[in-house]
Amino acid sequence: MRNTKSLAFIIASAALLAACKTPVPETAAPVVEKSPEPVAAAQDPRDIRPVETATVDPLNDPKGVLANRSVYFDFDSYVVREDGKPVVANHAGYLTKNQGRKVLIQGNTDDRGGTEYNLALGQKRAEAVRRSMASLGVAENQMEAVSLGEEKPKATGSGEAAWAENRRADIVYQ
Amino acid sequence: MKKLHTILFSVSLLMGSAAHAQFRVEIAGVSSTQIPVAVAAFADEGVAPDQVSAIIRADLERSGVFKVIDAGQVISDSASIDAGAWKARGADALVVGSVARQPDGRFAVRYKLLDTVKGGQLSALGGEVQPRYTRLQAHRIADDVYEKLTGVRGIFSTRIAYVKENRAGRNYALAVADADGENEIIAVQGREPIISPSWSPDGGKVAYVSFEDRKPVIYMQDLVSGKRRVIANEKGSNSAPSWSPDGSKLAIALSKSGSYQVYIVNADGSGLRRLSNSNGIDTEPQFSADGQTIYFTSDRSGGPQIYKMSVNGGNATRVTFNGSYNISPRVAPDGKTLAWISQRDGGFSLYAMDLASGQELRLADGATEPSFSPNGKYIMYANKGGGRTALAVVSVDGRVKQRLTTKAGNIREPSWGPFMK
Repeated sequence: MRNTKSLAFIIASAALLAACKTPVPETAAPVVEKSPEPVAAAQDPRDIRPVETATVDPLNDPKGVLANRSVYFDFDSYVVREDGKPVVANHAGYLTKNQGRKVLIQGNTDDRGGTEYNLALGQKRAEAVRRSMASLGVAENQMEAVSLGEEKPKATGSGEAAWAENRRADIVYQ
Repeated sequence: MKKLHTILFSVSLLMGSAAHAQFRVEIAGVSSTQIPVAVAAFADEGVAPDQVSAIIRADLERSGVFKVIDAGQVISDSASIDAGAWKARGADALVVGSVARQPDGRFAVRYKLLDTVKGGQLSALGGEVQPRYTRLQAHRIADDVYEKLTGVRGIFSTRIAYVKENRAGRNYALAVADADGENEIIAVQGREPIISPSWSPDGGKVAYVSFEDRKPVIYMQDLVSGKRRVIANEKGSNSAPSWSPDGSKLAIALSKSGSYQVYIVNADGSGLRRLSNSNGIDTEPQFSADGQTIYFTSDRSGGPQIYKMSVNGGNATRVTFNGSYNISPRVAPDGKTLAWISQRDGGFSLYAMDLASGQELRLADGATEPSFSPNGKYIMYANKGGGRTALAVVSVDGRVKQRLTTKAGNIREPSWGPFMK
């Protein structure tokens, strides 16, 4: 409560200072509606509420290895590259330890060529990741390999940089 | 329209919006022989919401088969006509007619097709239509002119389905329009991609693939009721639906075995059975005109090539041999011509092959997703150019070309609907 009061004072002072600086006509102070303070229930001073320290799910660690969920492919290739193997291994490790978790592996292609054939090529990329994870012990019922083909490009536009970004399979946790 | 945005994927024809001039049609090229035909303004046609003679004229011109002569005057179907005078103006035939408002609010549209060379009447039609069908009636008259003068059934009164997408705005729609791009109605709208629409042979339903469930799933939608059902949602990807000629089955492609393979399923989603058996990709199945053969794309020999097999499965025979990328087979309604997409010299082009002789004809460049008109005389395709995808039409002899463009977004994935009553 004290903190709130001093904060309010600071804001008020700041507003006053600002008002002094700018030669604008004074306006009426805004009416702020205050909700009544909740009355705290009387507590037994000998009560203890146990607190458990949070175990951070490594999946939710934005700086952890599991934050990288994209596997990239070379042009016209459907083989997991060297730089993609650690990504696959990290997620395979997590999935084997957490068998209740399931992933959708979404394969993508660039937008050159036919819609349906690109969908089939995206599927090949998703299947490559699925097979790699299966070989590392991930159960089939934890994975579904699907394709988005050329329909959901991460990079728009054409040119090698955009195309390379779209030759990709994403691991999506469900 | 705004209402449609909030009601995802439950859009029926009633809720859709119709609008005119969705497309700008650019015509390039004409047929080798053009039939000169004069079209007069119809008597009292101003009473109807659409100008009947102008629609007929535009249809005939777009076909590339006719040299349309503007008669420059109003001629009713009941007027007496000096055939010789029209022959002298270079016309082989003359279209005349009238429009009259009926007491019940409908319009009676009458027309006559006159032979100005031999004299006499080639055809006549009369019909009473609701105001909203004046445009359709004009297309039907154009169909009749086309059929009487060329011997081939006209396609002006048919409809097309296609996908409109605005990826930045995450707005995807399956639209249905008249073959000239007018009268557009949104049949499905949502925030995830839609691809591969395929009309049922009776014209009442469209099968398509939607990504609304984060993966491709095949749906079938009744256009009139807006009701839809899942045709295939197996583990993995489900796509490439195409109808059997009798409308009882769909050929589809599923990845449930670990790679895309061709399956057949009943139109109610029951009786799924696997048809192809390869280690690679087998996709884009298409029934032959007699329903006995399935054409499909397969990479079993390395790059994608077109193959065919019996509708009962078994061994596949390779159909395309030129080029290392041949996809998207489509069989003409008469079963004699195969249209497909081939990558040659870098670009993707539309080709047609006479199935009896194997003779190939390059029809258009920058083309994907071909779809035959129901009379087999035209092929619509998606045309990438200038960073946008538009629809284009080419005649099967490659001589007549049209491009249908819109002001914003991409239009792609055309499917030409069947003849309808």
